[in-house]
Amino acid sequence: MSVMDYFRRSPAARRTALISPAVGLIVFFMVVPLGLMLVYSFLQRATYGGVIWQVSFESYIQFLFERDLDDSLLFNSAYLQIYGRSFILAGITTLLCVVIGFPTALYLVQQPERRRNILMFLVTIPFWTNLLVRTYAWILLLRREGLVDFGLEWLGITQEPLGLLYSDTANLIGLVYSFVPFMVLPIYSSLEKLDFRLVEAAYDLGATRLTALRRVIVPLSMPGIAAGCILVFVPCLGAYVTPELLGGGKALMIGNLIQQQFGASQNWPFGAALSFALLAIVLFALVAYSLRFGRGALTEGR
Amino acid sequence: MRGNPLRHFPGTGTAAASFFVFLYAPVVVLIGLSFNSGRSSTLWEGFTFDWYGVVLDNPDILRAAKNSLIVGVIATVIATVFATIAAIGLDRARFRGMNAVNSVIALPLIVPEIVTAVATLIFFLSIGLKLGLGTVILAHVVFCIPFAYLPIKARLEGMPATFREAAADLYANEWQVFRRITLPLLWPGVIAGAMLAFITSLDDFVISYFVAGPGASTLPIYIFASLRMGVTPEVNAISSLMLVVSILFVSISAWIGRRSR
Repeated sequence: MSVMDYFRRSPAARRTALISPAVGLIVFFMVVPLGLMLVYSFLQRATYGGVIWQVSFESYIQFLFERDLDDSLLFNSAYLQIYGRSFILAGITTLLCVVIGFPTALYLVQQPERRRNILMFLVTIPFWTNLLVRTYAWILLLRREGLVDFGLEWLGITQEPLGLLYSDTANLIGLVYSFVPFMVLPIYSSLEKLDFRLVEAAYDLGATRLTALRRVIVPLSMPGIAAGCILVFVPCLGAYVTPELLGGGKALMIGNLIQQQFGASQNWPFGAALSFALLAIVLFALVAYSLRFGRGALTEGR
Repeated sequence: MRGNPLRHFPGTGTAAASFFVFLYAPVVVLIGLSFNSGRSSTLWEGFTFDWYGVVLDNPDILRAAKNSLIVGVIATVIATVFATIAAIGLDRARFRGMNAVNSVIALPLIVPEIVTAVATLIFFLSIGLKLGLGTVILAHVVFCIPFAYLPIKARLEGMPATFREAAADLYANEWQVFRRITLPLLWPGVIAGAMLAFITSLDDFVISYFVAGPGASTLPIYIFASLRMGVTPEVNAISSLMLVVSILFVSISAWIGRRSR
């Protein structure tokens, strides 16, 4: 019996053969590495990068404590603060993205089809253009005496250059800029499914625009808003490029802290532990979302 | 439908307009400045193509571009082939463990880039791989698979079973059905998937930055390194080129997808 015959007779075998290369590759080069990363976080650091294969909880202790001269542990909140900062920055970014994204999506669904298609295409283009390059464009705009300073002075809003670059503000602008399309798309697709006769019914019952918005449109587009929040919050939390380029050394986020452990600090186990903590937070957010809004809702809302 | 005043929400037009300005103004400024003859990023001193000439004369940039191209092409071909056969295997399939398979394929989209970068670096070094262009290609293949997979899967789902059934009625064997019916109909999806995989590979910075060995710098790594040195018109030009290439590719990919729907 030839191989072809075997596959013809057994659909399950054929399916396995077809799926295995892709799945096998991702398992071997992604699932296994993630497992290894967890193992590394429990090993001892070697001085010049790499690890010593000896079990150690040092990385997790280092996250919360520092060692005093006499080897006693002192509580150290520095790393916790960076996680906290990243949460706050990611949270504010998500909020700003909702504020910008919701009315934009509401506008888009009202447009005639042709125009809507063109505008939606414009929303998706940033997904496929280089984040590094798009962030770099903001360096040009935000640097001291750059176009933003120039524009604000020309309008008479400010008298002297603000020099916004390398600040939390610059970082926030960059984060919102990077991720706001992720908010518009899912909100748009849930608004598109919304039956606008319900809104008309609300008007018939004497609702004002604001009431209709608050009591009908927003609740019905909640799955989209929540999907958008996840899609913005998750990559934002792990952002590396934006804080590195726009925040300067001052606006350190989790991503930069992790990179440092593999750069200047050469503390791989600690870097692995920090990465694992980030992954755990992200997975927790995704599980919480799918428990609330149903399995697969995230990808369908996209 | 149109012009129904009840459907109109005042202020959303302004919000959408500001959104698009916010999204595209930086890109327009960047491309504009790449033609500025002066070195200033504020004052316009005249139109020039000179910086593009400087870019094309810089051997480091050319080497980085060549690396990006090699990585992009190889990663795209492998990822697209694997994604295509996986999509065909999973088409209309119902079996135990299907959710697990789907989750594995989507995994590169879920895990934060920096975490993937760390895990991949640790893995490569501990199995004794030497960091270089090869490790970059390997890492890219993995995260390109879901990008290639999604449009192919969408295309398969939208394909009516009737064509294949008709072919089978006319005594085509399974291979003939695949070769003469499924593949030609699937082709636009495969092309769209390949293009998205290619752009994703071309644009990746974080993962490449971690797993590229010496001499294996891709274009984004080169740009990042030169940004550390300061802003130059040269970087404006190379960045603009990358933006234009990406936008061109997405547009073609979208156009192919639409035309053959």
